[in-house]
Amino acid sequence: MNLLEYLRSLASTLFHRADLDSELDEELRAHIQQQADDLQRSGLPRSEAERRARIAFGAYEKAKETCREERAGFRLETLWSEARFAARMLRKNPGLTSVAILTLALGIGANTAIFQLLDAVRLRALPVPNPQNLAEVRIAGGNHGFGLNQDHGELTRPLWEEIRDKQQVFSGTFAWSVNQRYVGTGADLRRFKGLWVSGDFFQVLGLQPWRGRLLAPQDEAACPVTHAVVSYGYWQSALSGRDLRVGIKLVANNDLVEIVGVTPPNFFGMIVGDNSDIALPLCQPNEPLRRDLFDVTVMGRLKPGWSVKRASAQMAVLSPELFEATVPPDRGPEAVKMYKDFRLVAYPADTGVSPLREYDLSLWLLLGITGLVLLIACANLANLLLARTNARQSEIAVRLALGASRSRIFRQLLMESALLAAIGAALGIAIAQFLGRVLVWEISTEGNPVNLKMATDWRVLLFVTSVAVLTCILFGTAPAWRAMRTDPLAAMKSGGRATAGRDRLSLQQFMVVTQIAISLVLLIGALLFVRSFRNLMTFDPGMRESGITTAFLGFWQSNIPKERWADFRRELLEEVQSTPGVISAASTTNVPLSGSSWEHGLQIGSERGTSKFTWVSPDYFSTMAIPIIKGRGFTREDTASSPRVALVNNTFVRRFLSSANPIGQTLRTEAEPDYPSTVFEIVGVIADTRYSDLRNPTPPMAFVPMAQSPNPGPWATLMIYSNISTATVAAAAKLRIAERHPDVIAEFFDFQTAIHDSLIEERLMATLSGFFGVLAGLLTMIGVYGVISYMVATRRNEIGIRMALGADSWNVVAVVLRQMTIALGLGIVIGAFLALVATRGAGALLYGLQPNDPLTFAAAIALLMLIALAGSLIPARRAATVDPIVALRYE
Amino acid sequence: MSTQAELLPGTLDLLILKAVSLGSLHGYGILLRIEQISRGALLIEQGALYPALFRLVRQGLLQASWGTSDNNRRAKYYELTSAGRKRLREEQDGWNRLVTAMGSALGAKPEEA
Repeated sequence: MNLLEYLRSLASTLFHRADLDSELDEELRAHIQQQADDLQRSGLPRSEAERRARIAFGAYEKAKETCREERAGFRLETLWSEARFAARMLRKNPGLTSVAILTLALGIGANTAIFQLLDAVRLRALPVPNPQNLAEVRIAGGNHGFGLNQDHGELTRPLWEEIRDKQQVFSGTFAWSVNQRYVGTGADLRRFKGLWVSGDFFQVLGLQPWRGRLLAPQDEAACPVTHAVVSYGYWQSALSGRDLRVGIKLVANNDLVEIVGVTPPNFFGMIVGDNSDIALPLCQPNEPLRRDLFDVTVMGRLKPGWSVKRASAQMAVLSPELFEATVPPDRGPEAVKMYKDFRLVAYPADTGVSPLREYDLSLWLLLGITGLVLLIACANLANLLLARTNARQSEIAVRLALGASRSRIFRQLLMESALLAAIGAALGIAIAQFLGRVLVWEISTEGNPVNLKMATDWRVLLFVTSVAVLTCILFGTAPAWRAMRTDPLAAMKSGGRATAGRDRLSLQQFMVVTQIAISLVLLIGALLFVRSFRNLMTFDPGMRESGITTAFLGFWQSNIPKERWADFRRELLEEVQSTPGVISAASTTNVPLSGSSWEHGLQIGSERGTSKFTWVSPDYFSTMAIPIIKGRGFTREDTASSPRVALVNNTFVRRFLSSANPIGQTLRTEAEPDYPSTVFEIVGVIADTRYSDLRNPTPPMAFVPMAQSPNPGPWATLMIYSNISTATVAAAAKLRIAERHPDVIAEFFDFQTAIHDSLIEERLMATLSGFFGVLAGLLTMIGVYGVISYMVATRRNEIGIRMALGADSWNVVAVVLRQMTIALGLGIVIGAFLALVATRGAGALLYGLQPNDPLTFAAAIALLMLIALAGSLIPARRAATVDPIVALRYE
Repeated sequence: MSTQAELLPGTLDLLILKAVSLGSLHGYGILLRIEQISRGALLIEQGALYPALFRLVRQGLLQASWGTSDNNRRAKYYELTSAGRKRLREEQDGWNRLVTAMGSALGAKPEEA
């Protein structure tokens, strides 16, 4: 039969079902009548003739049913009718249905939200044409901290130019770099997220302008830059979507630039989660480019037919020549050798780059956690539906007796579950939109808002569908299976008061064991993350945290000559120190625990190594409450012309000076551009503090007087201590500086908030795993409650007999609790084993405790026991109060 | 009943096609025709006839239309389509080959083996 005919008959089956049915009826009835006619002709009375004809025909309804099955589209038709029937059954039991749907929606929603975040951060391609053939060029294994390193800076600009001119791998290459700078002047000064791009950037990416034009090779010229393009978001918010043709000019990063175009709305820049505001061309400065400043990322489009692997091999071959041509000056022979040994590799760059990918492990773990919560929820649902299947035994028995096939019963119950799963999934997607926003908000900080487009793309839909199908199979199969095996005779005999056999209960007990095991895993995980977070939050970094305000003051717009910079910085510090509320203030070149770092190579006697270096003003140690345990601190007598002195920390002493008295020893730094080799005398030792973050152990650290800094810039970073709120102090200091030096850029941050913001991943894991741990515990409690209640209900008679024979309520409670204890014990053993395996991967995320921490395990087990006890208390009480007379009267 | 043979699976369709090839018939007529041409040797379960008719219509081997029977009853008449006629020829050939082969196989004497 050809397709057209099939479709026609399919359509008639589906849309003219009633017509077809009556036609079939008419045809079969005609058959019987004709046979009756024949029989009547042979001499029988009409009624007898019709009776015999009907008998000869056989089972009339069955014949009709078989005919229907022969029609085209029969399966679709039954599916539809089954779905409608399932919907009717679900509507008949609104309480159970809404509980089931809500549970599923929350479970699926949580899973989807985490997956959406993963999808947005990790899996989604850059919004450019053909992202799959984009590749990034990097140094294999990184540059080991060589030279100066900027965020997302993988290569130097001289290297980029070499690569651009000599590579044979890409059909087009481009470089980009990101930084936060200032736009505007005076009081209108704002930070912007800048994207500096090589001339080919937009062409190679294949982007079309939304308005005006994008940057082109001719824009990459001598500094200063004169043209820029803005992102759609920035154009809308900061430029109010003004027409570019009127000529919009901005002072961006001190250069007057004309905005010539707007990038497409879906182009967020190259960093997922971090939208760029203004894109500027990389310009050629008057002096030669620095060869030790790693500030650009280099990408390209692979030539047709080239794989990333082949490109990597080719770049490795080209590497010696490229690095040879770009050796940075003023470096020791070892550093030069290390530099020349660098090798370039290519990586796929279809998804761009993102600092959020540090959350990778956390997100995958969270996805696992939400998956397990969903599993527990499924076990609860399965138990709920199993109980309901038992209640429906007589209905099912009647349908079986009326000729419904067992496979049809199975399909029918599975269809009800599928319907629940489908509705749950649909609602789950809606919930995920909300949860996803909460998640993004949770990982955003004031200084670093996360801008992610949480789209429901095909990957998310595929994920939701698979999760829904999986949950449906998980919670729907067991009830459907049991219904299918209903013995109509037994079910009808017991008159709807079906009692469960032992095997029935054991299936439910199996579910409870599963729930307990999974809950234990989740509780252990939650406790681990909460304790790890607590360890970090209460960790003493060795310096003052609260009451400290960090100030950043920039005076490059103030027309102050370079030789006055040091003095002006001191004047600014004095302004701040005399602000009301300020107890003390000091300037520094490095804000501790902020992630930034400054290091020099050094030599002490024959010993060589590296140490962190920070230039600070005399009051730094008292402001930060860092004790000086030996020697002296810095004073105003340590000036630019006095002998060079340094303070070192305990770790420094242990590393370099273990045998000798540190005071009076000298150290020599290795030469670097702008930092000539210098000899310092150690005049004091301070206690150990954390350096760039809380997690890493204290490195050797040296402090040098700010006045002796060889290379001061037109800015100052201050640490301000006060006993009033940091916001008040910041406002007062800001006002004071604005009054006296209106050209100075002043920004203030709360030190402690910044430290806590750096623990955002830990906070995320602690709150979310804690939340899901509580949820798992709650679901398990409900699960235990349900099963024990069910058991008590089905064993009422037995309990009644026991009590009639003299058992007291304690014996009865013991009988009930014994069941629970077996399940609990089994669940705990399995769960503890699973937790040992599962938490091994989380070790990297934990601080101050091991993943197999015995205390955590013990606490989680104790908690779970409480949960199980709480869940079985009410049903046990109910069992204890069974009235034997009432219970036995049913028999 | 010993004189009546059970139908082999799949042979009902062939019998229906054959019966209808002799002229358009309604369901009851097909039943009678098969009894008649098999001289009452083949027993057809009446309820099984209609699903087979539906199947053959769906396969495009038969086409059906409503008409009036000899004793003035409305009935659905079936007739062969060209595809049905072709199928009947093929099935008939196949059946004959099978019967010949089975006959010679079952009629074999010990010395021919």
